[in-house]
Amino acid sequence: MTPNNLALLTRRELLVHLCRMLDQGTILDEIDRLPVLMRPRHNQPIRCCVHKDRAILKYKLMALLAFNVDDETDELCQLHEYAATALKREKLTPVAMTVVDEACSSCNQGSYEITNLCRGCDARPCEVNCPKKAVSFADGKARINHDSCINCGKCMKECPFHAIVYQPVPCEESCPVGAIEKDDTGIERINFDKCIFCGKCIAACPYGAIVEKTHLVDVFRAWKSGRKVVALVAPAIAGQFRQDLGKIYSSILSAGFHDIVEVAEGADLTIANESAEWKERMAAGCQFMTTSCCPAFKELVKKHIPEMSDKVSSTPSPLCYAAEIARKRFPDAVTVFIGPCIAKRVESYYLGSVDFMMSFEELGALLVAKGIEVADLESHPRPERSSAQAYHFAYSGGVAGSIVASAGSSVNAEVINGIDKKSITLLKQMAKGKTDKNFVEVMCCEGGCLGGVNTLIRSPQAVEIFKKNLEA
Amino acid sequence: MSAEKKVVVKICTGTLCHVMGGSELPELAGHLPESIKPKVEIKGMTCGGFCKDGNRKPPFVTINDVLMEQASIEKIVSNLEKAISDDAE
Repeated sequence: MTPNNLALLTRRELLVHLCRMLDQGTILDEIDRLPVLMRPRHNQPIRCCVHKDRAILKYKLMALLAFNVDDETDELCQLHEYAATALKREKLTPVAMTVVDEACSSCNQGSYEITNLCRGCDARPCEVNCPKKAVSFADGKARINHDSCINCGKCMKECPFHAIVYQPVPCEESCPVGAIEKDDTGIERINFDKCIFCGKCIAACPYGAIVEKTHLVDVFRAWKSGRKVVALVAPAIAGQFRQDLGKIYSSILSAGFHDIVEVAEGADLTIANESAEWKERMAAGCQFMTTSCCPAFKELVKKHIPEMSDKVSSTPSPLCYAAEIARKRFPDAVTVFIGPCIAKRVESYYLGSVDFMMSFEELGALLVAKGIEVADLESHPRPERSSAQAYHFAYSGGVAGSIVASAGSSVNAEVINGIDKKSITLLKQMAKGKTDKNFVEVMCCEGGCLGGVNTLIRSPQAVEIFKKNLEA
Repeated sequence: MSAEKKVVVKICTGTLCHVMGGSELPELAGHLPESIKPKVEIKGMTCGGFCKDGNRKPPFVTINDVLMEQASIEKIVSNLEKAISDDAE
């Protein structure tokens, strides 16, 4: 799926409105009207009718207010009631995403389909080559019996007219660990016993039916309470705006944050401790050690490759260290991690030392809502507490590079750039000892954190912008 | 239009356009077909205020000062190809 699509833009529009209403303190008065404003009566509907479109927006907003759509007990409960509840809540839950069933279109189970391009030829290679006799002909056209079809795809490969297509279920196809499946009603459900919070399903769904819950209400509440709110900013931010890092920091401060702690500051501690840990493990005769900074990879090991658990570094992540630093430096402040992915949202929940999380996308929406032009701001000087090396945690290969720089050339690194079915197979083989490497860097997203699911620019360009920004 | 006069594309680099789907547009130069590349001049522009009109959809670019809404690389390229071939006639 291309990064820019209308489902994604709808989500961003909702986020901007949410930030604006929270900022102006008008959310209780305005939020019920928002679906009507965004989907006016006489516009061409996107789904069957404007009422369906509005219902979808209602439930997406409910999710963005951090409610599970499944938890609805009364269909008449209105958005302002959810907002009022959110404005009073003391606790968040670890469930980071929810399926908006109203939006899920119950896609047909992934299957091969004969299109109307079938010419009913004499050769009929689809029928002849089908190993299960699932293809037959009626009225001069091929048809597939889905009860006997085993989805081998031979018919599609053999058709000389390209008249057979494979239609996937995008979310299921994108999930590397088989954690999303249909329930009895055909709606997709996330199995959190398997889910590694990579967020690939969110990006894949063409209906935007899977929504990441946000902490925007909670962050605004902290601001309105008058408490200091400190931003813990992931290094990947440097690749997210086509502006220099100092201007990006200025925009974060203008948005209402009291101060910034660079997560890169924590990364320096991770580099030092992880290098030391690697040396100790090698001295003790261990075959290899993996990184521990990507929380989706840690979930993957815990839930799907437990035999690799003893190979994962026990060094805390840069975020964990940075949160401790922030707690000491600003003891009374509310801390908000600004980062690129859902897995980090879950990590920050369990860390306990980070109060809330805001994605890069949400930061973008916040700046838009507040009318902040990043380009027009004076550049805020970088805190200069972290090394250049620490910033390399943002992209694939960067962590391995930092460990080599710190622990020396005896580090023989393998870099896993993105978790998918193929790399999971590779990791499982490594767990059995099939590798000649002694250090393995794993990042769930292709490109690393710069390719995270909540980024504003996708990874190849983001990496380029990031590197230019740090050289400046 | 004389032979040396180029078609001017201005891409809004404001925060709103960046967030609302325009973040890839500054990569336009790399997507221009060789045939039209020499005839196009790409510029950035600060927020032109087009977004203040709620009925218009970002991201915005202008081509020879004509506004394009919901701009995409594909849309810009096809528009440029048309502008340049019209010009050649």
